[in-house]
Amino acid sequence: MAFEGLADRLQGTIKKITGKGKVSEQDVKEMTREVRLALLEADVNFKVVKQLIARIKERAVGQEVMESLTPGQQVIKVVKDELTNLMGGEQSKIAVADRSPTVIMMVGLQGAGKTTTTGKLANHLRKKHNRNPLLVACDVYRPAAIQQLETLGTQLDMPVFSLGTEANPVDIANQAIAQAKENHNDYVIIDTAGRLHVDENLMEELQKIKTDVKPDEIFLVVDSMTGQDAVNVAESFNEQLDITGVVLTKLDGDTRGGAALSIKAVTDKPIKFAGMGEKLDQLEAFHPERMASRILGMGDVLSLIEKAQTNVDEKQAKELEEKMRTMSFTFDDFLEQMGQVREMGPLDDLMAMIPGSNKMKGLKNAQLDESQLTEVEAIIQSMTKKERQEPSIINGSRRKRIAKGSGTSVAAVNRLIKQFSEMKKMMKQMTNMQKGKKGKGGGFKFPFM
Amino acid sequence: MGFMDKLKARFKQNEETKEVSEKYQEGMKKTRDTFSGKLNDLIARYRKVDEDFFEELEEVLITADVGVSTVMDLVEELKMEVKRQKIKDSSEIKDVISEKLVDIYYGDEDSSIQHLQLDEDGLQVILVVGVNGVGKTTSIGKLAHQLKADGKNVILAAGDTFRAGAIDQLEIWGERADVPVIKHSEGSDPAAVIYDGIRAAKSREADVLICDTAGRLQNKVNLMNELAKVKRVIEREIPGAPHEVLLVLDATTGQNALTQARTFSEATDVSGIVLTKLDGTAKGGIVLAIRNELQIPVKYVGLGEGINDLQQFDADAFVFGLFSDLGMSEESEKTE
Ligand SMILES: Nc1nc2c(ncn2[C@@H]2O[C@H](COP(=O)(O)OP(=O)(O)OP(=O)(O)O)[C@@H](O)[C@H]2O)c(=O)[nH]1
Ligand SMILES: Nc1nc2c(ncn2[C@@H]2O[C@H](COP(=O)(O)OP(=O)(O)OP(=O)(O)O)[C@@H](O)[C@H]2O)c(=O)[nH]1
Ligand SMILES: [Mg+2]
Ligand SMILES: [Mg+2]
Repeated sequence: MAFEGLADRLQGTIKKITGKGKVSEQDVKEMTREVRLALLEADVNFKVVKQLIARIKERAVGQEVMESLTPGQQVIKVVKDELTNLMGGEQSKIAVADRSPTVIMMVGLQGAGKTTTTGKLANHLRKKHNRNPLLVACDVYRPAAIQQLETLGTQLDMPVFSLGTEANPVDIANQAIAQAKENHNDYVIIDTAGRLHVDENLMEELQKIKTDVKPDEIFLVVDSMTGQDAVNVAESFNEQLDITGVVLTKLDGDTRGGAALSIKAVTDKPIKFAGMGEKLDQLEAFHPERMASRILGMGDVLSLIEKAQTNVDEKQAKELEEKMRTMSFTFDDFLEQMGQVREMGPLDDLMAMIPGSNKMKGLKNAQLDESQLTEVEAIIQSMTKKERQEPSIINGSRRKRIAKGSGTSVAAVNRLIKQFSEMKKMMKQMTNMQKGKKGKGGGFKFPFM
Repeated sequence: MGFMDKLKARFKQNEETKEVSEKYQEGMKKTRDTFSGKLNDLIARYRKVDEDFFEELEEVLITADVGVSTVMDLVEELKMEVKRQKIKDSSEIKDVISEKLVDIYYGDEDSSIQHLQLDEDGLQVILVVGVNGVGKTTSIGKLAHQLKADGKNVILAAGDTFRAGAIDQLEIWGERADVPVIKHSEGSDPAAVIYDGIRAAKSREADVLICDTAGRLQNKVNLMNELAKVKRVIEREIPGAPHEVLLVLDATTGQNALTQARTFSEATDVSGIVLTKLDGTAKGGIVLAIRNELQIPVKYVGLGEGINDLQQFDADAFVFGLFSDLGMSEESEKTE
């Protein structure tokens, strides 16, 4: 139940249309109904959905769809275009002030991820832009908020400015700027306490900080799991502070993330970064088009592909794809892939990006644990060449030998062989997914992208 | 007595039981003043119970994050009920609406499902789980304070060894609630901390041990396994424990909360929900869908960041709250 992607949702209607010469108004109505439900299930705000549907209807009823041979895909394309348009282009630039330091202020609801993102941004500024930021602890309310930021500062080996919990956040911010100037920090990132957009006193506090330190950027940090209320929050923070951009956090989860659309629609401010994990290097540029796919339930396949591509060269990728298609993927390939996969980041992060992967039973049980990788390598290395090419010959006595040779157990060997066959199945599923676009271009492509 | 009257009566009664209700009322004050008014508005605008009426009702519920499929089911049922009772006039429908919603909530059970199921005898263990930043640690602080006020001997275990400052944070809550906190250093094995917590609680003859855990997104298989392991340690050490597994949900969360409830239940057999941040403008309507699909009841609601801002869940008041903005869409449509 629930949370089917748009493509699934449209299956029924598409079937009906296929073979028909024309698409009737009624068909379009049915399709837009499904689009509406898909968007609402993805947490896009009700009013935003209304506006979108109106536009989509207009385009869908027009020639485009009617004359197209594959109206279903055409509708999806129209929807995706509209979503992508609404979200605007990619914008992950951070302002640079004419006179150092550049000041960034982090604001948002409780628990959204401000403090963590403060650390991530600092890391990003140093790594990508060779900057030297100062972190400022202006959250004097939440228990241990200062310790949290200080711990991040230690992890990053970066300075953190704080005046304890008794000081006034406005004073803290002002003094921090003075210190940054003295110590030649070219960026100042101010972490503020989480607050409700309807909390007048605390919103006023932010306005005061803003008036005093004149930040070059005010980033609203929003949890990507936010539901319908995202519009109220974003609208209100924007009205009161005139934010300059948005950071969407916890996108490493499996939420559709319709809040992204809602926020963009009501603030018209760019979503600049995406939080992709709890660690300080897990911040990425925000990709509107991928977000559109994700909201429509088409998975974040592009991100996965990009990750794969930065680690695997083109030729290898082609070979792999060929092997996946012909199912001739062997343990040797597995071993080779593992090396590359290890460079791509945590495995469960990667898995989470595959559409429907959380629904695949086999995968869940597969437990591709980072710490098990070494074990897996040892097991494969203990296999004979023949066994690696043709796993089906690995019988009981061979399993015992492999277990002994790799210093593991028969259970571990069994598990790996099972995982391997599950992985092959998954690859088959993935290659099946691209059947829709067969023949075109080749490469690692998925439907509707 | 009609449903609305019962509801009002309950609130009056609450007023007499002071402190508890005061908080609730503060948190939900807009709600109380406006619910019947708004419902009346809707009803006044739609004399007839027709498609438009149901459409707006649908909007209100979806805007409260109740979730599309639950809303559709509900509206279907309402339509049938309207037919069955031959209701034509919209003024007759308001009781039916509220009753239906509260019905979804309770099913065949009575309101005792919203209480913690803790025994008087022996050490009782509460495991607190949820995704990142929802309010686990804060709710533990509040709950410890309440249990302590009830005369319980409470101990906290700092099972979040991952997030920066998490242990310090729980320690401050321990001080505020005046209860001891068992901790290891950052980066250590959470199961080991919980194990120590149990031993300490046993030797000090504590009544309740509350275990904090690190926030984790439910699609992270390794982290969910780690959580299941923590639970197994508790089960092994104390038969019948944990007595409560509380899943903390942020009221601002949309449809993903349903997935959270499902996955965390699979890993740890969740017995109740703490719905936090209801003091904001979000309604947390998804708990209706969760109750509907997974039968997990809400036990507490969080209404602020203070130590007293935790209240027993009240389904009537909650349903009340879903409608607090009713009629607003009309105003905004006029200005559009
Ligand atoms: N998985 C994941 N977790 C995140 C991400 N960003 C933040 N978190 C986690 O979310 C929780 C809250 O993050 P914080 O940085 O403390 O949030 P905050 O907005 O500073 O919270 P307050 O100061 O209490 O308002 C922590 O457990 C973080 O580790 C992300 O992108 N992905
Ligand atoms: N307004 C409001 N804020 C709350 C409520 N409950 C918790 N918070 C705030 O939400 C933020 C996160 O709370 P925590 O208790 O740290 O959340 P957590 O689930 O333990 O977070 P992690 O351990 O990082 O996963 C803090 O700023 C809390 O003060 C509530 O009911 N209302
Ligand atoms: Mg913070
Ligand atoms: Mg915590």
